[in-house]
Amino acid sequence: MGNFIAALFNPSVPLVWYAVLAGLVSSIAFGMIGAYVVVKRTTYIAGAVSHAALAGIGFALFLKEVYGIMWFTPLLGGIASSVIAALIISGITIKTNERSDTAIGIIWAAGMAIGMLFIFKTPGYGDPMSYLFGNILLISKNDLYLIVILDIVIVAIIILFYRQFLAICFDEEFSRVRGLNTVLYETILNILIAVTVVLMVSIVGIVMVIAFLTIPPAASGLFLKKLWKVMALSVVICASITFIGLAASFVLDMPSGPVTIICAVILYIIFLVFKNIIKSIKT
Amino acid sequence: MGNPCSPENPCNPKSPCSPESPYNPDKELKIGLSNVSFSYGEYNVLNDISFKVYKNDIITVVGPNGGGKTTLLKLILGLLKPDSGTIKVYSNKRAGYVPQHTFFDMKFPVTVFDVVLAGRINSSPGFYAKEDKLAAEKALYEMKLTGLDKQPFYALSGGQRQRALIARALACDPDILIMDEPTANVDATIGSYLSDYIINLERKFTIMLVTHDMGFVNSLVGRVFCINGDFQEHPLENADTAGCAPHLKGMQVVRHDINLFRNNFGRNNGHSHNEGTGH
Repeated sequence: MGNFIAALFNPSVPLVWYAVLAGLVSSIAFGMIGAYVVVKRTTYIAGAVSHAALAGIGFALFLKEVYGIMWFTPLLGGIASSVIAALIISGITIKTNERSDTAIGIIWAAGMAIGMLFIFKTPGYGDPMSYLFGNILLISKNDLYLIVILDIVIVAIIILFYRQFLAICFDEEFSRVRGLNTVLYETILNILIAVTVVLMVSIVGIVMVIAFLTIPPAASGLFLKKLWKVMALSVVICASITFIGLAASFVLDMPSGPVTIICAVILYIIFLVFKNIIKSIKT
Repeated sequence: MGNPCSPENPCNPKSPCSPESPYNPDKELKIGLSNVSFSYGEYNVLNDISFKVYKNDIITVVGPNGGGKTTLLKLILGLLKPDSGTIKVYSNKRAGYVPQHTFFDMKFPVTVFDVVLAGRINSSPGFYAKEDKLAAEKALYEMKLTGLDKQPFYALSGGQRQRALIARALACDPDILIMDEPTANVDATIGSYLSDYIINLERKFTIMLVTHDMGFVNSLVGRVFCINGDFQEHPLENADTAGCAPHLKGMQVVRHDINLFRNNFGRNNGHSHNEGTGH
């Protein structure tokens, strides 16, 4: 642990600092958006948009290595393809409620396939492991700036439209009767989910990002009965777990993604046991 | 059978008119359907439905399962678009909608107060205003839910949930109330309380409600619409013996507690209209 603290404040290895900062900042968006994903029971949509990120990440790597295009970073590419996936999913779910899970599954797999093919065609990048399972070394200073800006935008939108999002999540039909443009809010929420998911990809990786998105609000929901409280506790849990996970991965010299997820799972189990103890005392 | 309406015999909820002449120039048109048809894909639900609903009417919509009752409400609310025909709702406010309470996610982290407050939702960013909170408190008080406002919605009993949903619709300050089975899964005491409450509302609101509960139908004084793919209107006194009989008889066979309900309501509300109608 001492090593980790030392590395954190060592100016010659800023990457650790970037990773911790990126993790803590994106935890705010993560806890809030995760709460929506859990209460709306749309984990599979989050899964599809996170996996679709690989298409854009692969495309960005391909452009960089083959055509020397530097401005289109993997983070930007991931956000672009995830947002496109979110828009397609919104369109499908609005048009037909049935069968949308099939379409979402297709987007999930197609995103992965496109990404893998681009990575395969990119010289020097045969291995997508870093993106699939997380690698804190992927975060550059420019990425950090982008993460901070996106985080501010996401949090601002959630606070401004909190009551509309709550209304459509709880009862979409009633909100429509009251004159809300539920299609618009639903689409905005899906875009926010897409962007948020990509922010965390560098730390926990594409495969595990859904677990990290849903475990903190699920744990909070065991004890809290108001959406904004669930969000607030999720933010705290997310930030703590990100920090503990990064520190543990640094100290144990293991990849950050799996270590962070194991921390989250352990925390969820502790919460669950604690809840059951309280329940058995009460009855 | 109700009498034909005339200036001397105006149409009102206490004295429903015969279906031959539901029009009364004194009454303000609120909802008008003409030749409305709707189908879910290949499955034809509603055929060529036309009717008019006037201000302060209280309409009970009955009919068998799958007959299209909920579909009809959703068409009027604008949640569904008809395949053909026109639906006109004459109001400068949006309708208050009370859906079936069984339709909700019972794990959703939301308090009763938040649910009722959502009746005040609009698209402007930011938080609810003080007047919104006052309207929600008033609606909670009217539905006798004061004190339960901080409870999670899912911790309520079925009857309390139903009242919370009615409170949410009242918080909208609507002039048209549309309710889908307000007495489903609600015990008899609450059912009678709800019907009392709806009777008290009828002067202020135009009400359309779907029910399977014949006791409830008889406790309310108003017009009865029978929906079974097609549309028929029956005066209340004849609702269970007239042309609507195939649907309503079906309901009576299913519901063994109807007499109990009817007697309860008869006593509680002092209505005697259902006596001597030959059942």
